[in-house]
Amino acid sequence: MPHIIVENLVKTFQIAQRQPGVWGALRGVMHRNYRQITALDGISFTIEPGELIGYIGPNGAGKSTTVKVLSGILVPDSGRCEILGRVPWKERIAHVAQIGVVFGQRTQLWWDLPVIESFDLLRDIYRVDHHQYAQTRDEMIAILNLESLLDIPVRQLSLGQRMRCDLAAALIHRPSILFLDEPTIGLDVVSKLAVRDFIKRLNQERDVTVILTTHDMDDIEALCTRVMVIGQGQILSDGPLENLRARVTTERRLIVDLEGTEDITDPDASVVLRDGHRVHLTFDPDRVATADLIARITAQHPVRDLFVENTPIEEIISRLYAENR
Amino acid sequence: MPKIANRTSSLAIKSYIAVFSARFRTLLQYRAAAFAGFGTQLFWGLLRVMIFEAFYRSSTAPQPMTVDEVVTYIWLGQAFLVLIPLRADPDVRDMVRSGNVVYELVRPANLYFFWYSRAIAQRTAPGVFRALPMFITASLFFNLQMPPNIPATCTWLVSMLFAVLISAAITNLLNISLLWTISGEGISYLVFGLTWIFSGIIIPLPFFPDWAQATINILPFRYIMDIPFRFYLGHIPPEQIWYHLPFQIAYLIALITTGHLILTRGIHRLVAQGG
Repeated sequence: MPHIIVENLVKTFQIAQRQPGVWGALRGVMHRNYRQITALDGISFTIEPGELIGYIGPNGAGKSTTVKVLSGILVPDSGRCEILGRVPWKERIAHVAQIGVVFGQRTQLWWDLPVIESFDLLRDIYRVDHHQYAQTRDEMIAILNLESLLDIPVRQLSLGQRMRCDLAAALIHRPSILFLDEPTIGLDVVSKLAVRDFIKRLNQERDVTVILTTHDMDDIEALCTRVMVIGQGQILSDGPLENLRARVTTERRLIVDLEGTEDITDPDASVVLRDGHRVHLTFDPDRVATADLIARITAQHPVRDLFVENTPIEEIISRLYAENR
Repeated sequence: MPKIANRTSSLAIKSYIAVFSARFRTLLQYRAAAFAGFGTQLFWGLLRVMIFEAFYRSSTAPQPMTVDEVVTYIWLGQAFLVLIPLRADPDVRDMVRSGNVVYELVRPANLYFFWYSRAIAQRTAPGVFRALPMFITASLFFNLQMPPNIPATCTWLVSMLFAVLISAAITNLLNISLLWTISGEGISYLVFGLTWIFSGIIIPLPFFPDWAQATINILPFRYIMDIPFRFYLGHIPPEQIWYHLPFQIAYLIALITTGHLILTRGIHRLVAQGG
C-alpha cells in the first residue's frame, strides 16, 4: 500500500493587495483588493514506502505549499490526501507523530538551550520512551558527528552544524516519513555532503520514505531515484531522472581539448561554447554514434583530451520550466 | 509504527510539562534582570508606601483599609509584580517573525496549551528571584505583615494559584495576538494599561470610588492581585472564597476558550500569509 496518496489537490491563497502611497494606505483601511493565487492546481501522485523523491520546481511553484499540506499545517481547498491511512489536517496530532519535518531555512531547536536539551525536550513532546530515545539519540550523534556540539547553545552553532542537529531533531521520534524542505540551502560543500550522505543512509538502512525539495541539482543526482517537477501548481514531470532527461532532450555533450585553437566543423554536431583550447559540442546520439563522432574528430584534429557528458540537469529543468511557462 | 500513537492520549500532559519546564529553566538564566528588577521594585515600593503614609496622616476621613493593610498590600504587589501580564513571550514573537512557528504546528500537541505552558513559566519563573527576596526584605524592614491566621493563608494560596493561571491566560492572548500584529506592542500596552489600573497595583482597589467599583468587578484583572492580596490580609473573610473561587474559575475558562478560538482563526490566517 502506498505511504502517500495525493489526488487532485488544490490550494489557493487570498493575498491582500496594498495600493502604493499614503492615499493607497488610507484606502486600504476602508476597502481591500484581494488577489487570488493558485499555489496548487490539482496535483496528484502516490509514493511507496522507502522511496526517496526529489521534488523540484522554481521559487513559488508550490513546493513548500505541498510539503505544508502533507505535514498537516495547511488545509487544501479540495482534493484528497492520505498519509499512512490518515488525512493530515483531520487527524493532525496522530499524523504528525509519524512524520519528521525539516525546513532548511528555519530551526526547530530551542535557541537558548544546549542542543542536547532540545533533543530531550523533543523526546518529551513526542513522548518517546527513554530506552528507544537513548538508542536513537546515540545513533544520530554518531552518524551526524554531533558529539562536540551537544553542550553548545543553538544560537552559537554555524548553519551547517545547526542543520545536522536539526536533522537529528526531526528523527528523535523515529518517523517513517521525512519531509525535507531545502535542507542543503546555504550549506558549504562539506556540510552538504554530510547531509546528503545522511539522507541516503537513512533511506537505505532505515527504509524511511523521504521527500526532498531542493534547488540543488547535485542533491537530486546524488540521492533521488524519482523526481517530481512542479511548476505553477502542476506536476510537470514525474519519474526516474533518466526519463526526465530523455523526455526533455536526448542531447549529449562532447567536450574536446585541442592542441591548437582551430574550429571544429562536423555535420552531426554543433559547437555551443568555445573557451581557448576547449570546445563544447552537442550531438544527438540517435543520429550519430558517439564512437563514430569521436573517431571523426580525432582523425581531423590533434586532440589532447576529450569527454562525453549528459546535458546538465540544470539545463534540462530550465528547459522544462520554459516549455510550461 | 503505531507505537507512539497508542501512548499519546494517556500522557499528553507530559508534553506540556516538558515545555513549561524548559521555558522555566531558560527564564531562570536571566538573573541579572531579576536583581535589577528587585532594586527597581524596592524603590517604587518605598515611594508608594511613603505616599500612602502621607495620605493617611493628612486625612481624617475613614478609609477602606488600615494603613498597615495598605503597606502590606503594596509590598505584596511589588513582590508578585511578575503576575502583571506585561508582554507576550519574546520567543513566540521571534517564532512568528522568523516563520519558525511552522514547527510548532507539526508537534503532536495542542498549540494553545503549548503556548499556555510557556506563559505559565513566564508568569512564575522570574518570580523565583524576585518574589522571595522582596517578601523577606519587606517583612524584615518595611512592615510587610504575615497573614493573620491559617484560613487567610490558605485562601490566599488558592486564589494566588488561579491568579497565576488567569494571568498566564491573558499573556497567552497576547502571544496569540502576535499572529495578527507581528510586533504585538499595541495590544500589550493596552492590556498592560488595563491591568495596571484594574489589578490594584497602583492604588488598592477598595480606594476606588463607588461608581468605579462596578467596572472593576466585571473585569478579570482584580483576580490577578487585589482579591488574593485581600484574602492574605483577611480583608476579605476566608469564607468568601466560595464566592470568589467560582468567578476565578469562570474567568479562567472564558479566557482559555476565547484564546483557543482566536488561535484557531489565527493559524488559518498565518499559513495563508506564509505561503
